Amino acid sequence: MPKPHHLDEKVIQTRRDIVRMVHGAKSGHPGGSLGCTEFLITLFQNHMNYQLPFDMDGIGQDLFFLSNGHISPVFYSVLARSGFFSIKELSTFRKINSRLQGHPTTHEGLPGVRVASGSLGQGLSVAVGAALSKKLNQDSTLVYALLGDGELQEGQNWEAIMFAGGNDVDNLIVTVDYNGQQIDGATQDVLPLGNLENKFQSFGWQVLTNNRGNDLYSVKEGLENALKVAHKSKPIVIIMKTEMGNGVDFMMHSHQWHGIAPNDQQLQSALDQNPTTSLGDY
Amino acid sequence: MQPSSYTNTGNIDTRSGFGEGLSYLGETHPRVVALCADLTGSLKMSHFKKTFPSRFFQVGIAEANMMGIAAGLTIGGWIPFTGTFANFSTGRVYDQIRQSIAYSGKNVKICASHAGITLGEDGATHQILEDIGLMKMLPGMTVINPCDFNQTKAATIAIAKHQGPVYLRFGRPKVPNFTNSNLGFEIGKGLLLEPGNDITIVATGHLVWESLLAREVLKTKGVSAEIINIHTIKPIDEQIIINSVQKTKCIITAEEHNYHGGLGETVARILSKRHPVIQDYIATQDTFGESGTPAELMKKYGLSSDNIVKKSIDLIKHK
Repeated sequence: MPKPHHLDEKVIQTRRDIVRMVHGAKSGHPGGSLGCTEFLITLFQNHMNYQLPFDMDGIGQDLFFLSNGHISPVFYSVLARSGFFSIKELSTFRKINSRLQGHPTTHEGLPGVRVASGSLGQGLSVAVGAALSKKLNQDSTLVYALLGDGELQEGQNWEAIMFAGGNDVDNLIVTVDYNGQQIDGATQDVLPLGNLENKFQSFGWQVLTNNRGNDLYSVKEGLENALKVAHKSKPIVIIMKTEMGNGVDFMMHSHQWHGIAPNDQQLQSALDQNPTTSLGDY
Repeated sequence: MQPSSYTNTGNIDTRSGFGEGLSYLGETHPRVVALCADLTGSLKMSHFKKTFPSRFFQVGIAEANMMGIAAGLTIGGWIPFTGTFANFSTGRVYDQIRQSIAYSGKNVKICASHAGITLGEDGATHQILEDIGLMKMLPGMTVINPCDFNQTKAATIAIAKHQGPVYLRFGRPKVPNFTNSNLGFEIGKGLLLEPGNDITIVATGHLVWESLLAREVLKTKGVSAEIINIHTIKPIDEQIIINSVQKTKCIITAEEHNYHGGLGETVARILSKRHPVIQDYIATQDTFGESGTPAELMKKYGLSSDNIVKKSIDLIKHK
């Protein structure tokens, strides 16, 4: 198995990108972004097979769909630092005339984005469609999707989960970012999700869990385990526990940093906790 | 009374035109796939399903998921045609269409049967009279409402070649089939069906035949009506309408839809800017429908040829 330790510096750098982008735009969603940093870096830099330049149809390539589009800062940082577009473009996040819209979209032609997302609950259906497209094309590559846990409150997800389970969509690997937080508070208080493992299982999915979604080794191992059960007649879900705001102490253990920007002082504190890397800021 | 230049070759539902068009595409366009939300028979998709089973997806009663899956199927080069009732093709899934299809620029063909009040006995829960408005407001969406079986079949075939999202609206009842089956279909091109000098009647969908009937009655009253079939509401053929009203100086729009948001408002927008003339609207009057036979409902809600005649005569007096 590839050793993920060389990604450590990339994690630090993407955390810096996230807090700087959100600070620069004076808006955005740092909490969930920081929580999924290890996952997206692993997925794009140590797991998926894809080619550049970006091609929408992605025949013969693994595809990724971000359903919880509000964590665009981490998505953009990882895309840029994986070569999809220029790193310096990260400075345009949420600004006028930018391809880096508040939530990801295909509308401005940003490489790496295959559907607009952010109106929650829609990404899984699109990922299922893309997985069916691959089957029709006799393309054995895989479709990955990341969903927020709070977004599972949207009913459309359960339509898609029922469809994928009932139709053997086994070229689909979904990860649920199980951080237990949403805008109004803890998911448990806002609307409990119940036993997600049992729910997915009862819909005919292969369920994997990962309790260490902020550990590069564990994320990589989880994805490798998912690969082992792909193409075996069941869609796959990894229920991956993460910490919202991971890597910035004052953003952790709370829902408070779901969707607000740090001020100058808070930015400095976040950057002090994640010092400059050899990769360099945008 | 029958139209003088058009012959009804037999009553048949426009949804059957969709079904035949889709089956034709199955044979001729190998990238066309179809999805249906538990209404395969009603949408006349059974032949496609039987003939091309690997290219047909039964999604169950889950229209939101159907729209998302359709968006995903375009990635990799498939051309998805979704099928359900107009009500469930638009209002029920508006945000899915807006985000995952229209804003994302996906090449999905949203095919909607049982549109309007002629759905009939099922009543207002299923009779959508707002769908044209909902769909035409979406940037980049093409909106088509053909008038008979032949035109619906031709439109179905034509939209497969069009790159971009399309809303294709058709209906349940058996209605006259009168357009030429060899006419083909050009998106955005209005059709001058009958020339006239006193009033322009611009009609879409089931109201086209009613307008042709009205023309014959108007003729007996000394009124010469020009009849235009606008099958594409967006993008609309502005020039054919302007050319006509330059001559007739008044216009009636006719549609099986609420006057809010429909063809009539699109025509009013164009004319108010480029060539203002007085206008009246054959449309439902900001109301929901109700149960009844299609013919009863068309009459009660003012969508019949009688009302076109009456409004035309009234409008001409105000020129």
